[in-house]
Amino acid sequence: MSSSNPLAFEQAWQYSPAPESTDHIQLDERYGLFINGEFAPADSGQTFATINPATEKPLAQVADAGESDVDRAVTAAREAYENVWSPMPAAERGKYIFRIARALAERAREFAVIESLDGGKPIRESRDIDIPLASAHFFYYAGWADKLDYAFAGCQPSPLGVAAQVIPWNFPLLMAAWKIAPALAAGNTVVLKPAETTPLTALKLAELCQDVGLPAGVVNIVTGDGDTGAALLGHPGIDKVAFTGSTNVGRQIMRSLAGTGTPYTLELGGKAANIVFEDAPVDQAVEGIVNGIFFNQGHVCCAGSRLLVSEAIAEELLEKLKARIDTLIVGDPLDKNTDIGAINSAAQLARIEQYLDIGRGEGADFWQGANTPPETGYYCRPTLFTNVAQSNRVVQEEIFGPVLTVQTFRTFNEARDKANNTPYGLSGGVWTDKGARIFKMTSELRAGVVWANTFNKFDPTSPFGGYKESGVGREGGLHGLAAYLDLGRGMQS
Amino acid sequence: MSNTDADTGRLPVAKTYKLYIGGKFPRTESGRANALRNSAGDVIANVCRASRKDLRSAVVAARAASPGWSSASAYLRGQILYRIAEMLEGRARQFHEELEREGVSAAVAVDEVSQTIDRLIHYAGWADKYVQVLSSINPVASSHFNFSVPEPTGVVGIVAPSAPGLLGLVSMLAPVIAGGNCVVALAPERHPLSSMSFAEVLHASDVPAGVVNLLTGQVEELLPHLAKHMDVNGLLIADATAEQAAEAQRDGAENIKRVIDVTGVDWSAADAEGVYHIASMQETKTTWHPIAN
Repeated sequence: MSSSNPLAFEQAWQYSPAPESTDHIQLDERYGLFINGEFAPADSGQTFATINPATEKPLAQVADAGESDVDRAVTAAREAYENVWSPMPAAERGKYIFRIARALAERAREFAVIESLDGGKPIRESRDIDIPLASAHFFYYAGWADKLDYAFAGCQPSPLGVAAQVIPWNFPLLMAAWKIAPALAAGNTVVLKPAETTPLTALKLAELCQDVGLPAGVVNIVTGDGDTGAALLGHPGIDKVAFTGSTNVGRQIMRSLAGTGTPYTLELGGKAANIVFEDAPVDQAVEGIVNGIFFNQGHVCCAGSRLLVSEAIAEELLEKLKARIDTLIVGDPLDKNTDIGAINSAAQLARIEQYLDIGRGEGADFWQGANTPPETGYYCRPTLFTNVAQSNRVVQEEIFGPVLTVQTFRTFNEARDKANNTPYGLSGGVWTDKGARIFKMTSELRAGVVWANTFNKFDPTSPFGGYKESGVGREGGLHGLAAYLDLGRGMQS
Repeated sequence: MSNTDADTGRLPVAKTYKLYIGGKFPRTESGRANALRNSAGDVIANVCRASRKDLRSAVVAARAASPGWSSASAYLRGQILYRIAEMLEGRARQFHEELEREGVSAAVAVDEVSQTIDRLIHYAGWADKYVQVLSSINPVASSHFNFSVPEPTGVVGIVAPSAPGLLGLVSMLAPVIAGGNCVVALAPERHPLSSMSFAEVLHASDVPAGVVNLLTGQVEELLPHLAKHMDVNGLLIADATAEQAAEAQRDGAENIKRVIDVTGVDWSAADAEGVYHIASMQETKTTWHPIAN
């Protein structure tokens, strides 16, 4: 860290390690599949290891579900749907979901630690964002269960049946909550496949479902890789598909569902612009840029991975941004001081590093912070690419890592056109002191979530999802409820 | 085509049915035509058989019209939809005759035109209301003002049902344009005449050029190009085999296009209209702003 950095407090004041305690969590050596209320091994007996990306050591062995296991899970979900969950009075259904919300809040620290161990995210984020939001999500949708007739004007909606859900590794428990909570509130049962590299909190959630007495078969968790996911989404017994992941896999899912009439929600990739005008509060904008791209190591589909900054303040802002990045602590995910944790897997780190090579090969200026990641574990220092062209691959393609490209603009229209010049349309940000300009930009950005003078904020009541190649449908809020209901009117996909 | 009128001795002037692209009525660039015959086997019109190039021109026109139409005031869109209904009402007799020439009974033709006009009025009234019905203010736990509103998805393809020829097309078209989208529609393959005359109604109703583009031709030939087109955001199909619709869904996946198969919908039913038909071609945008001093 350079001594001229005004933010380099560390030279006067060293941070001591502040690791979160792990003595209160319990992990089994081996986890089965959660089907019909019971844990059981896969029919094949196959397992795979889930790795702590900060130590590169295995945490547990997890069952690898094959087609026959998926079939048992779908059958269990079907029976629970027909015999238990959909005949149950809606208010009682809601009370079960409230129980999940409460139990999750009670055991929040345990879930937070496991989330950080399995996925590499800083404990500060899993403790303050992932787990509280997951609990809040269950709490929000629990209350909808007996109010569905009020949700959509002119409709008496009905549930769809068995929902097949596949989620990614960046927010493992939170994504499970986003998928399971609205599905159950609407009266569906679910089979959920967590990501291969982060199955543990979903399995702990399965234990929690047992603990709160959720009827068997209402929630089923099958672990495995992409083949397990394909077996689940291709199963003829499902009535709804919900997927969060890459646009490429989303395309394959759309193709496999063609002609089946199965409704789907897809939450896919993004390449969001974070636009900073010359009248923006620069210090706040710097914090927003950092939060936009380095939150969760940049493993965020809605990350603000393209900075668009007014030419008038670009030099000043970049200087402040670099000084701020230098102070970020890249390190042990369980340390409470850590800002940027471990990259989720060796494969993802390799993918990010490949993009770093691509960016340099395209002639962009490459800059990394003076951070000092640990020797072992999968880490990537926060990275900036300046002097990039709109057509550069690092500007166009989703990297899913702590890598920010920086472009400048002179006029409103230039900023808007560069922001919208992408096949994606998930999110965007705008920083300015001028209210009229905020509304003009937020209404002209072709993106599903727009943050003005803030970034990467989430809430159960707030619909989330993308335009264009970023997906179909919404999760969260009233709009997210529609994805799990047959409204009986209109032309639904 | 009609022969000399027995009473007046006058030979009627037959209309050339052309395409409607970007507010103009061009012939197909391909020079191809399909002879449309009545049940007696007589040629009643030579209908343009649009090509892939015509379709691409139509998408370009629709995309060009999109910024203006999507940002036009809801009040204006409602007024223009109402104007379309007014124009159709004034030309109702022409449409009765055209539908009859395509083989519909006189009574059914009268009923179909009336329902079509009423459907336009229905959506004229929705233009400045659907945003309120489909929007929300979201009570987030943090100190932010947060709201969600529908916005048009962009350019929408429509494959109109073969019957009812006029009511089907208008029932699919009206909610899509009421919601601020621009359209490239394939007229019913076997009953295209009233659709193409409907383009003249649109043209006389202050619908901006390119907001609605109408093509005649073959579903089998044109649907794959519509489904694959990377600048089309959504597709509604009401006249295709199950295999053609599934193929369009596979093709549409390339740009995550929503491809909705509505083949078999009864367009004269009460629930064939309403706000959820508008919603199917809307995106929801959620905006966050801090609350602070």
